[in-house]
Amino acid sequence: MSLPSRCWIAVIGILLTVFVVSLPASAKTPKDTLVMASQFDDIVSLDPAEVFEFSGAEYTAQVYDRLVAFDLDDISIILPSVAESWTVSEDGKTFTFKIRQDITFHSGNPLTARDVAFSLQRVVKLGKTPAFILTQFGLTPENVEELVQAVDDEMLTFTTDQAYAPSFILYCLTANVASVVDSQLVQSKAVNGDYGHGWLRTNSAGSGPFKLNAWRPNDALIYDRYDGYWKGEPGFTRVFVRHIAETSTQKLLLEKGDIDVARDLTADQLAALADHKKIDLVSRPRGEIMYLSLNVEREPFSSVEGRQALKYLVDYEGIASTLLNGQVRVHQAFLPVGFLGASQETPFALNVDKAKELLAAAGLEEGYKTTLDVRNLPELLKIAEAIQASFAQVGIEVEILPGTGRQVLTRYRAQKHDMHLGQWGPDYQDPHTNAQTFAANPDPSEASTLRTLAWRNKWDAAELTPQTTAAVLERDPATRAGMYMEIQRAHQQSSPFIIMFQRVAVIAHRKNVSGLIWGPSFDTYFYWQGTKSK
Amino acid sequence: MAQAEWHQKSGDDPAAARAHRWTLKALSTAGTIALTFFGLLLVTFLIARVVPIDPVLAVVGDRATEEVYEQARQDMGLDRPVPVQFAIYVRDVLQGDLGTSTLTARPVAEDIARVFPATLELATIGTLIGVLLGVPLGVWAAARQGSAVDQLIRFVGLVGYSVPIFWLGLVGLLLFYVQLDWVSGPGRVDIFYDGVVPPVTGALLLDSLIAGNTEVFWNAVSHIILPATLLGYFSLAYISRMTRSFMLTELSRDYITTARVKGLSERQVIWGHAFANIRVPLITVIALSYAGLLEGSVLTETVFVWPGLGSYITNALFAADMNAVLGGTLVVGMVFVGLNLLSDVLYQYLDPRARQ
Amino acid sequence: MTEPTATFREWLSAADPASRAQAQAQEIYRAALALAANPLTLIGGLIVLALLLTALFAPVLTIYAPNDQDLANRLAPSSSLHLLGTDELGRDIFSRIVHGARLTLYIVIVVALTAAPAGLAIGATAGYLGGVTETILMRITDIFLAFPKLILALAFVAALGAGLNSAILAIALTAWPPIARIARAEALVIRQSDFIAAVRLMGASDARIIFRHVVPLCVPSVIVRITLDMAGIILIAAGLGFLGLGAQPPAPEWGAMVSKGREFLTDQWWIATYPGIAIFIVSMGFNLLGDGLRDVLDPREATR
Repeated sequence: MSLPSRCWIAVIGILLTVFVVSLPASAKTPKDTLVMASQFDDIVSLDPAEVFEFSGAEYTAQVYDRLVAFDLDDISIILPSVAESWTVSEDGKTFTFKIRQDITFHSGNPLTARDVAFSLQRVVKLGKTPAFILTQFGLTPENVEELVQAVDDEMLTFTTDQAYAPSFILYCLTANVASVVDSQLVQSKAVNGDYGHGWLRTNSAGSGPFKLNAWRPNDALIYDRYDGYWKGEPGFTRVFVRHIAETSTQKLLLEKGDIDVARDLTADQLAALADHKKIDLVSRPRGEIMYLSLNVEREPFSSVEGRQALKYLVDYEGIASTLLNGQVRVHQAFLPVGFLGASQETPFALNVDKAKELLAAAGLEEGYKTTLDVRNLPELLKIAEAIQASFAQVGIEVEILPGTGRQVLTRYRAQKHDMHLGQWGPDYQDPHTNAQTFAANPDPSEASTLRTLAWRNKWDAAELTPQTTAAVLERDPATRAGMYMEIQRAHQQSSPFIIMFQRVAVIAHRKNVSGLIWGPSFDTYFYWQGTKSK
Repeated sequence: MAQAEWHQKSGDDPAAARAHRWTLKALSTAGTIALTFFGLLLVTFLIARVVPIDPVLAVVGDRATEEVYEQARQDMGLDRPVPVQFAIYVRDVLQGDLGTSTLTARPVAEDIARVFPATLELATIGTLIGVLLGVPLGVWAAARQGSAVDQLIRFVGLVGYSVPIFWLGLVGLLLFYVQLDWVSGPGRVDIFYDGVVPPVTGALLLDSLIAGNTEVFWNAVSHIILPATLLGYFSLAYISRMTRSFMLTELSRDYITTARVKGLSERQVIWGHAFANIRVPLITVIALSYAGLLEGSVLTETVFVWPGLGSYITNALFAADMNAVLGGTLVVGMVFVGLNLLSDVLYQYLDPRARQ
Repeated sequence: MTEPTATFREWLSAADPASRAQAQAQEIYRAALALAANPLTLIGGLIVLALLLTALFAPVLTIYAPNDQDLANRLAPSSSLHLLGTDELGRDIFSRIVHGARLTLYIVIVVALTAAPAGLAIGATAGYLGGVTETILMRITDIFLAFPKLILALAFVAALGAGLNSAILAIALTAWPPIARIARAEALVIRQSDFIAAVRLMGASDARIIFRHVVPLCVPSVIVRITLDMAGIILIAAGLGFLGLGAQPPAPEWGAMVSKGREFLTDQWWIATYPGIAIFIVSMGFNLLGDGLRDVLDPREATR
C-alpha cells in the first residue's frame, strides 16, 4: 500500500482524537444567567404599540410597565401598577389615574403622566394592529390628544365615547398597548413623524426589570438586568431566550442541562419528564380556545341538527387524556376559564348513537365527504387526525388540508373552507373580546367591515349579536357575568363552532431555578423574581 | 465553428488567437450566467404568482381593516399587469432588494447576509473533511481495484449515497450527544455564549479566534464537529467515488505502464504520476460537492438547529413568508450556478486536454 | 439434451442466434448473468424486487390497517403483537412501513414515467435537430440543471401547496434535465449513422425519425440513468416528507414518519428509527442495482 494515504489516515485519526479528547466537558448554564428555549417565531416587532403576538407580549412584560394590572390568582381583581389609584366620573365616561412618582426609565428619565399619555396617544396615532383595543372606546388619531390627557406629571384623564362597563375599560388597560414608553427617548428617535416606531421596533425604552440586549428574529432574544427597577432587584444579570422550533431538541437540551427552561414540550415529552430528578413541570391554563368551525353555507352544516351531530362526534375526553394529555383541558364555551362569566359547562361528549339520530333528523344519515383546513401545528394535526377517525364512524369522510398559518388563514378569511380547525386567543382580558368574535355578526354581507369568526363561517348569529352588544354596556359585574353565561349556553347549542379545549401551558424547568412567575396569559409571565441555586 | 474559422485566419499569431478565444469564452460564460440568472428570476417570480397565499394578508395581518388591506394591495403593485410586476421584481433584485421578510420584518437581503456565514462555515468544514478523507480513500481503492479494501470503500460510499441525511443526523445526535456525551448538542454554540464574540466574519470559529476567546472557540468546535462530520461523510461518498473512477482511467494509460517498466516505485507511480494528472478534474468535483453541501444544509440545519440559510428558508416556508423563501432560493441558486460555472471554467482552463 | 432447461440454456448461449428474438433473448440473458455475477448487484436487485412484492402484497403482509388508531396502546415498543411497535396514535409501525412501500414505489414510478419521457423527448429532439433548436433546448436544460434540486423542489411545493402530488411534480421538474443531456449525447451519435440517413432518404419526417428511430435507441442509457437517479428521488421525496411538505397525514410516508418520530426520539426511539432504515435499505437497493446495470450496459464505464 502506498505510504501517503496511510499517513493521511493516521494524521486524520490523530486530529479527530485530539478534537474529541480536547472538548471541554459541556459547560452548564452559569448561575446568574437564565437560559430558555421557546418558539418565538411570531415576534415581528418589539414596539408595544404593534406587538400583538404571544411571544411579543411576553417580551413587553419584561421590559415595560403597564398602567394597571390584574391579580394573577383572580383575574377579576384589578390592581394598581404604574397608576397607583383611579376614579371614575359620574357619567361613567372619564377615568382619572394617579401616576406613581418613584419610577425611572432605563435611560434614567423619570416616568410621569406625560409619558403615559404619550404612550397611549402613540398607539392610537400609529394605528397598528392592537390599536383597536383603545380605538373601540371612540379614540381616534384626531381626538386622542383631547381624550387622553396628562393634567400634570401626576394626573392622567382617559375619556370614552360611551359609558362602558368599567371592568371592560380597565381590562383593556392591562393589555400591552398600555405599556409605558420613555417619551423623551422615543421622541428623540422619531423619523418623519413615526413617533419613534422605526426605532422602537428593534429597541427598548421601558422601565421594566430588564432591558433589551439583542434581538435576532427567529434566533435569539437577550435581556440585561435593569438595576434601578422600582419593584426590586432582578435575580438574573442576563436572560437568553433562544428560538428552538423542534420540541424534541428543547427536551434534549433541558435534559442535558444546556438550558434552564423549555417552553414548548409536547404531552408525551412532558409525560416522559414527569419523574425526572432534576426537572419540574408547571401547568398554567392559557387563554387560547381550540375549536372546529363549520361553514354554514355548506349543505351538511346548514341545519342546527347537522351541526349538533358533529358536536357528539369528538372524543373530547380521549384526546385530552391521551393525545394532548396535560396540554389541554376539555372546555366547550367560548370564554376561557378565568374570564368574567366563563362557563364551564360541557354538554357534549362522544356519543355516536346520538350523532346518528341527529344526522338522520337532518337528512344526512348517508354520511358525506368534506374537508378540514388546519394549520400544520403538531397539536392541531393530532386533533385533526382524531376527528377524521371519529367522524368516519358515521360515514363522514374528512379530507385534512394542512397548511401554513397564512395559507389556512387566507382560505378561512375568504370563507372558502368547509371545516376549519383553529385556535383563538383573547386580545385582552375582558369577555367582550371573545364574545364579539364568536357570537356577533352585525353585518353578514360581503361588504362587512367587522369580519368576526361568526362572519367567516357565514353564520348570522341573529339572536346573539344584540345580546353581545348589551353585555358590554352592563355596568354591574354580576349581571354582566350572568349575561355572558346565557350567551355561551345558547351558543353551544346553535352555533357552527365546536369548541373543544382550552390550552394549558406546561413549562418544564430545571429544579435549581425557582421564582419565575407564570401568570394566566403571556403578558403576565415574569422572569425577574427568578433565581438559581447551584 | 466561428472559433475554428478564426483560427485559420490568424493561425500565425497564437497569442492573439488565445486572447480571442479567452474573450469568446468569457463572453459565453457571462451569457450563460445572465441566462441562468434570468431563468432563476422567472421561476421564483412565477412561483410567487401561483402561491395560494394572500401576499397582502402576510403584510397587514389577520385583524386589519378592509381599507388598510386595499391600501397595502395597491402599495405592493398587485393591481398592475403581471409583466409589469415582473419588471419591478427584476429591477428590485438587481438593486439587491429581495423584499421584506414578513417573519422577521427586516429586509430579506439583510437577513441572508446574517445567516449565510453559518451555512458557509458548516459546508466548508464538511467539504474539508470530505476531501481529506475522500481523496486518499478513492486513490487507495483504485490502487487496489477489486480487492476487499476496494469493495469496502465502495460500499461505504454507497451507504453515503443511500442514507437519508436527516435520519443519520438524528441517530448521530442520539448516540454522540445524548448517550456518549462526546459532542455538544444542537446549535452553533452553547446558548449563553451567544453574543460574547463580536461578529467580524460571521463564521463563529474565525470570530472567536480573532477575538482570542478560546473558550468560545472550543465550544463552537464541539458543536460543529457532528454536523460537519455528517456532511463530510456525504461529501466523502461522492469524492471518493469520483477519485477512484478518475484514478482507474489514469492508471490504465500507457505512460503508467511505461513508468512501471522504468522501475518507479508504486508510490511514485500513483502519487507522482497518476494522481498529479487527476488534480484538475478533482477540483471541479470538489466544487460540485461543495455546492451539494450548501443545498444539503436545508435538512442538516433543521436537525441541528443550525441558524443558517437552510433553517431560514424552511422557517420562512412554514410561515409562508414568500419573500424570504424566494430570496433564499435565489441566493442558493446563484451560489450553486456560480460553483457549477466555476468548476466548468476551471476544467476548461486548467486541463490541457480540454483546452485542445 | 433431455433436460428442457439445458436446451433453453443452450438456445440462449448458441454462438449464432437464428432469429432476432433469439438474439435479443441472448442479450438479456448475458446481461442478467453479468448482473447476477456481482453479489452487490444481486442484493440490490433483490431489494428492489422485495420492494415491489411488499407494495403489491401489503394488505396480505400485515394484520393491521396502516391508519387504524388504538389510543390505548400508543407508543408501545416492539412486541409479538406489534412487530416494530406503535406510534403516537397507536398505529402499527410495521403495517405503516409496509404500506408506505406503496407510496415510495408510486413516487418513483410516477417520477420515472414523467421525467424520463420528457427528458428523452427534449434530449433526442435537441440532439437530432441540432442548430438553434438544440441551443435553446439545451440552454433551458442547463438552467434547470444548475438549480439546486431540493431547494427548487421546496420552492415548488411552497407554490403548489404541500402534498404528495405536488411533491412528485416538483421532483419530476428537477429530474428530467440529466436525462435530456444523456439522450442528446446519444442522439448526436445516432443521427450520424447510415440507417438514419437511409430513413431520411425514404422521406420520413423529422418527428417520425425522432420518435420511431432515435428515441428507442436512447432508451437503454436512459434506463440506467433513471435507475441510478431512483435513490436520489427517494431521498428527496423523503426529505420533503421530513420537512412536512410531502405526503400528508395520515399517509404512511417514510420521511414524514421519521419527522413525527423526532418528538419521541429519546424515549421511543423506534418510531423514527425504523422508517429511516426502510428509506436507507430501498435507496441502497436502487443504488446497487443501478451501479451493476451501468457496469453491464455501459461498457465504457465497465472498467471503472
